[in-house]
Amino acid sequence: MSTTTIAKPASLRGARLPRWTPAVVALGSAAVAVAIGTVAGLDSRIQWGLIAAVLFIVASYAVAVAVEGGRQAKDRLATSLVWVTFLLAVVPLASLVFETVERGSTVFNGYFLTHSMGVVADDEPGGGIYHAILGTLEQVLLASVIAVPIGMLTAIYLVEYGRGKLAKVVTFFVDVMTGIPSIVAGLFVLSFWILILGFDFSGWAGAMALAILMMPVVVRSTEEMLKLVPNELREASLALGIPKWRTILKVVLPTAIGGITTGVMLAVARIAGETAPVLLLVWVNPMINTNPFEGSQASLPLYIYQQYAAGNQAGYDRAWAAALALIGFIMILNLAARGVARWKAPKTGR
Amino acid sequence: MDIPSSTTSPTSPPPRHDVKPSQVTPKRAARGATRPGDRIFLGLSRGSGIALLVIMAAIAAFLTYRAALALSDNTGNFLTTFEWDPAGTATNGKPYFGIAVLVFGTVVSSIIALVIAVPIAIGIALFISHYAPRRLATPIAFVIDLLAAVPSIVYGLWGALVVAPNLTGLYSWLDDYFGWTGIFSYQGGAPRSLMTVGILLAIMILPIITNVSREVFLQVPKMHEEAALALGATRWETIRMSVLPFARSGVISASMLGLGRALGETIAVATVLSPSFVINASVLDFGGGTFAQNIASKFNEATEYGRDALIASGLVLFVITLLVNGAARLIIARRKEYSGANA
Amino acid sequence: MAKRIDVSGLTAFYGSHKAIEDISMTVEPRSVTAFIGPSGCGKSTFLRTLNRMHEVTTGGRVEGKVLLDDEDLYGAGVDPVNVRRTIGMVFQRPNPFPTMSIFDNVAAGLRLNGSYKKSELNAIVEKSLKGANLWNEVKDRLNKPGSGLSGGQQQRLCIARAIAVEPQVLLMDEPCSALDPISTLAIEDLIGELKERFTIVIVTHNMQQAARVSDRTAFFNLAAVGQPGKLVEIDETERIFSNPSVQATEDYISGRFG
Repeated sequence: MSTTTIAKPASLRGARLPRWTPAVVALGSAAVAVAIGTVAGLDSRIQWGLIAAVLFIVASYAVAVAVEGGRQAKDRLATSLVWVTFLLAVVPLASLVFETVERGSTVFNGYFLTHSMGVVADDEPGGGIYHAILGTLEQVLLASVIAVPIGMLTAIYLVEYGRGKLAKVVTFFVDVMTGIPSIVAGLFVLSFWILILGFDFSGWAGAMALAILMMPVVVRSTEEMLKLVPNELREASLALGIPKWRTILKVVLPTAIGGITTGVMLAVARIAGETAPVLLLVWVNPMINTNPFEGSQASLPLYIYQQYAAGNQAGYDRAWAAALALIGFIMILNLAARGVARWKAPKTGR
Repeated sequence: MDIPSSTTSPTSPPPRHDVKPSQVTPKRAARGATRPGDRIFLGLSRGSGIALLVIMAAIAAFLTYRAALALSDNTGNFLTTFEWDPAGTATNGKPYFGIAVLVFGTVVSSIIALVIAVPIAIGIALFISHYAPRRLATPIAFVIDLLAAVPSIVYGLWGALVVAPNLTGLYSWLDDYFGWTGIFSYQGGAPRSLMTVGILLAIMILPIITNVSREVFLQVPKMHEEAALALGATRWETIRMSVLPFARSGVISASMLGLGRALGETIAVATVLSPSFVINASVLDFGGGTFAQNIASKFNEATEYGRDALIASGLVLFVITLLVNGAARLIIARRKEYSGANA
Repeated sequence: MAKRIDVSGLTAFYGSHKAIEDISMTVEPRSVTAFIGPSGCGKSTFLRTLNRMHEVTTGGRVEGKVLLDDEDLYGAGVDPVNVRRTIGMVFQRPNPFPTMSIFDNVAAGLRLNGSYKKSELNAIVEKSLKGANLWNEVKDRLNKPGSGLSGGQQQRLCIARAIAVEPQVLLMDEPCSALDPISTLAIEDLIGELKERFTIVIVTHNMQQAARVSDRTAFFNLAAVGQPGKLVEIDETERIFSNPSVQATEDYISGRFG
């Protein structure tokens, strides 16, 4: 028999705080934070929020130590920290969406969507984003035309054929490629297309850089989807004497097409918001240029950057409105992608 | 047996799905029977894979070439010079530029971003994987994805016009209490400093760190968690005993992926930072610059030589992000093998 | 330190699915009670309701009473953490903490509940490992990871970890199903020794095992797949295996189904 007694709970019961405690402590902390903020004259809401968060964490811990004991209090401390981090993530998103909608809606209207900046000086109100929308759509379309086939074929290679060293290398570099900064992709196209081959700035040059950014995303999502296609389907088709390439085209791809579409749409959403490569390669054009292969164009993200850089209220208003349009476009793409994913979800039950 | 798929040449082994015995037919069965369609399709798909590698190689090659053009005429030391003057306005037309300031600004802003983002991301990932009621977990994951979908230019706009004006109070407070450290001294004025950039970058890299960490947390075998629970561990103790040790390497690589993003972020930084080519000990005062931001801000007015100089700095950024991302991926890959053997 | 368990009217759910229905029984202290029955009859679920591990699974919910001596595990103000601290559990697959050494694995439960001197910890760990018949095999490598042991050793390590905190009841969920016959024998011998000190409840797929180790046996069955599992009967093991009072039990034991 050991000489030490082992710590044991005297009873199964533990002193527990009532379930509503966190809510009350949270409200209390918020109230105190507002009071402190008002009295001390803190003008920044960020400070109010941080004070409330710190109060909440400390108060929950203190209450729990007093009532429930050290271990439970630590558990509560972890829980309140985790909740606070969650709020810390939601608040910026909420603020960003709110500010964009509020400030963007001042000049956002039909006129704004259908006119260019051709005859509008930087510091006067008016004008619109028609040319920028056009540029963005064309550049994104061109980028997709390059990136989607290459990306999908690469994924098919990796999943359906690849097993050797080459496949391993490609997999690794696809991963690494996901991390290439967009400005580097822009510099690359700049160096070989514009500086070495001597072409002019154009929507096409931007599209090439965007394609580089898009490819790894398409590869990854297609790969995931192809892996979900059950092997029995392939075997069934092959056993019928159907050649492998036709099996892939007629059986594997159609099964996975919903997920692949989702992946492509998300990839489009990602590159549609890229500014840096467009800034280096498309230059900037206040006029409507429908030809992406000749002369500078505009694009939505670039437009926002330019209008912001102009540094006056009219520019800010237009920047916010364009940001609203861009976010709207990207959110619609995201939601549509999710819709497709749900609608065409693989029925394999995996 | 004339199943075309199995007619694989040594260079194109069978599909890497779990190959069932029934599927394995003689490996080198009649190479001559390969159909043209199969050969073309394999060629196309393998060619695409190779094309990706070629693009990566080309990026390295072209950037190196243009960078070499710029560096051969540089009169300053590229690594240690504190000026960016490729046109040589101060030195009789002799290019004089270096990346010392950019290294400092990039590293400092990325570190700030990581210090803020990693704990928060771990918290949110735990929230989704272990704390949130089931009904909440999916919508929250969706909110995080939305955070990832917001374009960086919009973050930049929001950071410059909404966040920055709200930070003066916080910065003055930091100056009052921690100003003596030098790091947190604040002269007043628009808070468009490396600190503000770091805060913004933190929000921007939050989603990737959260998502990767969440995946890792969800992979922790239930039986390890139950082992802790059955010993009478609280939820937090369970996480500390079984979840965090298991997930550590995954969280590290997630943070490195986030670091890669922060290092290369361009337009949000260019929008928020009010750049100046100096190293400032205080992270709260405006000034400083990052690789990507410097390229975007200086590009418009640069001559062709100036652009090559910017490409040289871009090459450094490329190599750094390549190393960071490659290391992160290697950690993840090794982890997969490890946990696969244990599962 | 061993206590009696009285279950009355216990029903457990996974979401809206009823897994077991209206179970009442008594588990005697200092004895081994075995749960047998066909797959899916809810015997493991029932076991997990006895230390409030069932509610850990998403959607897990319990109605009814489980009295440990006179205290209801599901009563108001009861802290599940204290319940699990008092009623230990050993799982189907050995689950030592992979990142901890053998020593730390055994000490894990103790460190949660209090602080001990190094010498005290050493003594308790040694005693627990001896109690699990593992001491002689691992005493020279206490600082090696527990995952390096064989399956049978890992399971005994988990038993050592469970008994280190001196629980009042030890629940075992098919503890030998992942083990080879020799390791199984070692665990069965160990169970025979442990019942001197603990109330033991063991779920098993193996009827011979139930016959070998248990004093009392409970037979669970379900009417059909998707129906909730129910307790058919509980009696002295000898009677269950020689002369059960319900026909279904006899059918199951004689191998006519299950």
